[in-house]
Amino acid sequence: MVISKSQSKEQALNSVAGESVNDFEEQPINAPALSLGGWARWIWRQLTSMRTALLLLLLLAAAAVPGSIFPQRSADPNGVVQYFDNNPTVAPILDSIQLFDVYTSAWFSAIYILLFISLIGCVVPRTGVHAKALRSAPPAAPKLFSRMPASLQAKLPAALAKAVPEAAAALLKKQGYRVVRDGKDVSAERGYLRETGNLVFHFSLIGVLIAVGWGGGLSYSGQRVLVEGETFVNNLASYDSFSPGTFFSEDYLVPFAVKLDKFEVDFDFTNVTNVGTPLDFRAYVAAKVPASDGVDAQEKTGVIRVNEPLELPGSHVYLTGNGYAPSITIRDQDGNITYSGATPFLPQSSTYTSLGVIKVPDAAEQFGIIAFFYPTVDELESGALTSLYPAPIDPLLTMNVYVGDLGLESGAPKNVYALDTSEMTQVAGGKSGVKGLRLALGETADLPGELGTVTFDGLKRFASLDVSYNPGGIWVLIFALLSLAGVTTSLLVPRRRVWVRQTASGFEVAALARGDDPMLEKVVADVAAALTSEDFVSNNTKGK
Amino acid sequence: MTPITLASTLLTEVGIDLNPELAGLARLLIQASMIFYTGAFLSFAFHLSRLSSMDKSARQNASKLERVGIALLIGAAVIHAAGVVLRGVSASRVPWANMYEFAITGSLVVVVIFLFALIIKDIRLIATFVAGFNLLILGTADTVFWVNVKSLMPALQSYWLVIHVLVAVLATAFFNIAAALSIAYVFKTAKWVQNAKGKATASFKRILDLFADAEKLERLAYRFNIIGFILWSFTLIAGAIWAERAWHRYWGWDTKEVWTFIIWTIYAGYLHANATRGWTGKRSAWLSIIGFLAILFNFTIVNMYFKGLHVYSGL
Ligand code: HEM
Repeated sequence: MVISKSQSKEQALNSVAGESVNDFEEQPINAPALSLGGWARWIWRQLTSMRTALLLLLLLAAAAVPGSIFPQRSADPNGVVQYFDNNPTVAPILDSIQLFDVYTSAWFSAIYILLFISLIGCVVPRTGVHAKALRSAPPAAPKLFSRMPASLQAKLPAALAKAVPEAAAALLKKQGYRVVRDGKDVSAERGYLRETGNLVFHFSLIGVLIAVGWGGGLSYSGQRVLVEGETFVNNLASYDSFSPGTFFSEDYLVPFAVKLDKFEVDFDFTNVTNVGTPLDFRAYVAAKVPASDGVDAQEKTGVIRVNEPLELPGSHVYLTGNGYAPSITIRDQDGNITYSGATPFLPQSSTYTSLGVIKVPDAAEQFGIIAFFYPTVDELESGALTSLYPAPIDPLLTMNVYVGDLGLESGAPKNVYALDTSEMTQVAGGKSGVKGLRLALGETADLPGELGTVTFDGLKRFASLDVSYNPGGIWVLIFALLSLAGVTTSLLVPRRRVWVRQTASGFEVAALARGDDPMLEKVVADVAAALTSEDFVSNNTKGK
Repeated sequence: MTPITLASTLLTEVGIDLNPELAGLARLLIQASMIFYTGAFLSFAFHLSRLSSMDKSARQNASKLERVGIALLIGAAVIHAAGVVLRGVSASRVPWANMYEFAITGSLVVVVIFLFALIIKDIRLIATFVAGFNLLILGTADTVFWVNVKSLMPALQSYWLVIHVLVAVLATAFFNIAAALSIAYVFKTAKWVQNAKGKATASFKRILDLFADAEKLERLAYRFNIIGFILWSFTLIAGAIWAERAWHRYWGWDTKEVWTFIIWTIYAGYLHANATRGWTGKRSAWLSIIGFLAILFNFTIVNMYFKGLHVYSGL
């Protein structure tokens, strides 16, 4: 038996006589006649063309770049403030073209909205076409098999050749093809899942976008610094900062209370290359949820870790930061307490050198303190202090004291972590002529002038907690996984058509794939081999 | 309460085991593998230059050189793998938590995938590229990215580190091989190569003639890229799930998230290009190369110089 192989590299399949063997090839779009409706249709076809989709995708990729170069208000608001400070002339210009809000900017939105309109315009009609294809028979065999990307001719005696169509139909059916016989021709098609996967993928992207938008609108996230022993209640007043979505309403806040019982940190103490590296942060919390609409009253204790939020009705509580909160008491000259409490100090380094601010508005003369806390203090040769280790092995507080207007009366919200010293006079530390104060744990020192005394009573830790709610998250995930399944199916399931024709001298086989198909030639060869195999020959000669 | 009693209540003894000596040995193995990579690179390069020679007998002897190259590459991969495993053992965790470790693990995955892909005959000729690229990556890792073993910061202590990063590394390896094929494609179809007149370009052209025909290169690149794209999509989703756990939102346009998105979008564009008239061939090959350049940019420049939450370069 002789098999002669012929393969055509020609991919311009639309030209195959009289039939559209590849429905997926794009048709060129011609400029319209000059009617209004014609133009509208033309614009719509342009917008929903593959070329436009491609250009919009590339444009979207390019448009996302500046957001990684310039600080963004959403991800790094302090960075934006800093950028304005450092580049006072350029920053406003950049701001006017929304370079600090790239992902909500008009131009970024325009690109992805156009892309999704194009997507809908493209996918909806394709769904119709595909639904029809799912119900229709594979297309008739082409006139010239040799013009298909893979084809073979095989010689068989006429008696055997007669058995080819039936055997080929059975063979292809067994391999999962949809098969029709038409006289001497057999047409077969498989891999409808490829297009189904592609459509599921594109539709799921729309799902992702909607879920992101809808969920983002209803979402909120609030940040709160909580010292050990403190409790906060889930309402707007108790947050240090709060960012609501567009459709947020205060009613969404389930009024649960969370108490930070204890905060623990493990620092590596034993491995030389790793000393002082944090190994674990644990916030031990107790939550009380009162009964409310659809929520049962409950009490819950738990440990929040960096990757393990506490799940409460309607929101999750995350651990986003931590630090020390030295307990400090300030007394005036008569021994009356003018300030008392554990004040969160913000860590400035990996060894937890921390900066804190104390404001004493109720003293006879208003004053403020800028303090540094060193958990394990060490003095450098220059005389400057530093912390050697992040745990409090040898803790020390240093203080610079300022007297004057704290500016608290103006009513404007004040950052509790910063002291505006522009209206104040430094009376201890720096160039004031009086040495800054230094206190070890348990020590009391005299404040300069008639301000009284300050005591470093004890040390607590604080946790920065973030309470977040986003009902869209789960839907984003579902659609994202659907789209992943869709794209995987679409890219890996081959869609191909196989034709077999009985000829005078034997038979021909040809195959055509949609998209890339590494197995196309092998499929053709295998079909030909099966139809010339000894099994085939013996099966079809016995009865004769 | 005295400071010391306070300290002892706040300090907890925790047992993680870091072994710097073993990490040193791991580094030595990686350096040794670089010697093998150099050998493999030179063999493959000589092999190519022999093949391009006009002298027939020189061409016939060439396949020996190729076999030597492949043997050296296998040797390099084995030693490289031992180094990566030891690095993991010395840190008591997966060896992909900082740039040094990404680089050594990622390049190992590239060479392993490549060695398996050798079953596909047409891929042989990019061996020079693979050996050279790994040499470059390991050289950079050893000189610029090296850090001693460290424990994981709490945000990285998650099984998502194993899944998300491993899949990202795998995706990168597939994109890498695809990009090599696309580079070969671009050279092969370049006008200035095809019209080569000068002696140097002529022999360059002869080397390129050895590669599979352009269409085959394009299709091979496509096959590696689709696997890369599926893996990258998974990386993106897994990253979002992890971000929801660790940073209280699944997506926040952090610089690293931005670049993951950009890369994903470029490759989506690439896949579209392959189905768009006028965009197959050279343009899609360029998109495949640009996509991989974006990955390299993301790994180096973004990790080292851009500000963001993903501060794990270890540098
Ligand atoms: C958000 C925007 C889009 C993304 C991220 C995207 C992504 C993709 C990806 C990854 C593929 C390859 C996998 C597959 O075949 O399923 C693909 C294929 C495809 N896309 Fe899109 N797409 C988008 C928009 C569009 C639009 C607007 C159109 C129509 C103009 C379109 C039409 C197609 C077609 C026809 C294919 C099949 C190509 C083939 O046969 O290989 N897509 N798309």
